[in-house]
Amino acid sequence: MRPVAVVAFAQTRHTGEDAGLSETELLAPLITEIKERTGIRRFGFTCSGSNDYLAGAPFSFVSALDAVGAWPPISESHVEMDAAWALYEAWVKLQHGEIDTALVYGFGKTSQGDYPEIFTQGLDPYYLAPLGVDQVSLAALQARAYLEASGTDEKALKQVAARARADGRANPYALHLDDPSDTDEYEVAPLREHDVAPVTDGAAVIVLAAGDRARELAERPAWITGIDHRSEPHQPGFRDLASAPSAALAAAKAGGTAGVQVAELHTQFGHEELILRDALKLGEDVAVNPSGGPLSANPVMATGLIRIGEAAARIGDGTASRALAHAASGPCLQQNLVCVLSGEQP
Amino acid sequence: MPSETDPNPSGTDPNHILEFPGGYTRSVGPVIGRFLSELRDGRLKGVKTKSGRVLFPPVEYDPDTGDDVTDEFVDVGPVGTVTSWSWVPNPRKTHPLDRPFAWALIRPDAADTALLHALDMGVFEQGAKPPRQLKTGMRVRPRWRAERTGGIGDIECFQPEVTMINAPSRLEYRLQGGRALDRFLEGVEQGRILGHRCAVCGQVIIPMKGLCPKDGVPTSEEVELPHTGTVTTFAVNNLPDPRAPEVPFVSAYILLDGAGLTMLSLVAGIPADQVRMGMRVRAAWRPRAEWTRSMSNIKWFEPLDEPDVPFDQIKDYL
Repeated sequence: MRPVAVVAFAQTRHTGEDAGLSETELLAPLITEIKERTGIRRFGFTCSGSNDYLAGAPFSFVSALDAVGAWPPISESHVEMDAAWALYEAWVKLQHGEIDTALVYGFGKTSQGDYPEIFTQGLDPYYLAPLGVDQVSLAALQARAYLEASGTDEKALKQVAARARADGRANPYALHLDDPSDTDEYEVAPLREHDVAPVTDGAAVIVLAAGDRARELAERPAWITGIDHRSEPHQPGFRDLASAPSAALAAAKAGGTAGVQVAELHTQFGHEELILRDALKLGEDVAVNPSGGPLSANPVMATGLIRIGEAAARIGDGTASRALAHAASGPCLQQNLVCVLSGEQP
Repeated sequence: MPSETDPNPSGTDPNHILEFPGGYTRSVGPVIGRFLSELRDGRLKGVKTKSGRVLFPPVEYDPDTGDDVTDEFVDVGPVGTVTSWSWVPNPRKTHPLDRPFAWALIRPDAADTALLHALDMGVFEQGAKPPRQLKTGMRVRPRWRAERTGGIGDIECFQPEVTMINAPSRLEYRLQGGRALDRFLEGVEQGRILGHRCAVCGQVIIPMKGLCPKDGVPTSEEVELPHTGTVTTFAVNNLPDPRAPEVPFVSAYILLDGAGLTMLSLVAGIPADQVRMGMRVRAAWRPRAEWTRSMSNIKWFEPLDEPDVPFDQIKDYL
């Protein structure tokens, strides 16, 4: 396998309401910043992740290319998924060996619509979408299944939220949210307001580079020692919602999680952290979401990519020698991507 | 894809709408099509996989192996078991019910997988907490729409199995309280609390019964009692009662000053958790214009700013 590393990462200072910037305007300063930091003007490949339904306009991702500069024509692709999957595509492209650098970005503004209802449009159109079941209601079904199967109670969820929000307040890029309150009402029981990731606008950019090029571009590249993604049946009633076997399988295929010191998990709901800790075999000594995680900032379509960026940053600043990043897609953690990063070149 | 944008957004109303007018038409294929056709006829059908599992709702492929499912459709349900649920205290306008309801994964009998659908638990106010009856493992049945079109909404929602009924229960009477009680209520109608003193033991009995329950002798000496007394014991009630202003409320035995028996009344004007045995109280009467020949002339007793009575003095009146 060709050694590929995260060599640069940038993200917006995410906002909890519409700051008046278009998606392209959110993205452009990050692309400029990352071009300056890496000195790269033209990347071997560019791949983005976004969701047209967020803006309610077809091919809305195309206008974001204005921020990249696509003339003369560039080699470019897009996934209608979280940009963590765009990074996966770029990693595969780098494995082909024809390019040495790739630009990956994702962006999303959930302030413009009602994201839990937009999510409904991504569900199976025969059995789920016609019911109008929304993202939070589905997540709450999984939370209930987990609480009952594990014997855990809602206090554990509140602890997750409290830690995420405290860590988020220490992260200049995250929203700075108050400690969860005992008076927080159920949004959809058993999930309360603080168990649900906040409305967020933001974007993130990562540069991948292979081999020698990575060592030129970064003092301490975060080498991808394994990356894999797996999926479960779409119908929630066909799954054991109390567990995440696809996350466990992706982690195994990515080389396992032994020695991981930091994990950035794509947890849009508090209980997902508990389920993923089990599935990924992360012990109490593993720092989970030291950035505050998605419960402190959830610019959808960039949130998963940010997990890879944050995990890589922990490698880059020397606080971890081995880190795990996770991204999720679909209802109730249906699809999971695991990326294991190391300070040591594989 | 038609969409419209209003250049002058105002307030919180949308200024851009994405919609397929008349809905989006999809073909359903033979497996989902069979299921929806049966559903329109009011039947729940699952499909068998090669390994013999029954998938419900039917899909084209075995999620475990990716193999085609068989063409064997089997009856499932209609009764099913809830395998997980979530509770929506404030439904969205896109939700199937406009009052609080549950989403539930429901595994019909004879099926190996579960269907997601709405579960109607009855009438609740917006923001209601999950009802206690809502549980994993509960048994539910579909509520069918009268007009069915071949969609998952042909089941309006699921509802719990019948576990209880509510039958009307009412009898009508014309009761007389008896002469002694009549006289007592005559006093109450005039804002007076009357009792009888027993010629044998000397205790004052209110409301008087025309006899002393202790000595078994007739009584006739009328005594008017003051409207103050002492709480000897009490209970905190958490079920609403039309006579009490709010929940929780306190019902108490009150020993009127000079009385030898306690009377049952409400205590108010003080938080329920601050009511004490030995607490001094005074009757709170309704406005005179509202008085009738009834004990309801006294709304309740309210605290008096006096020291509590030591337990020893009330221990015989509990």
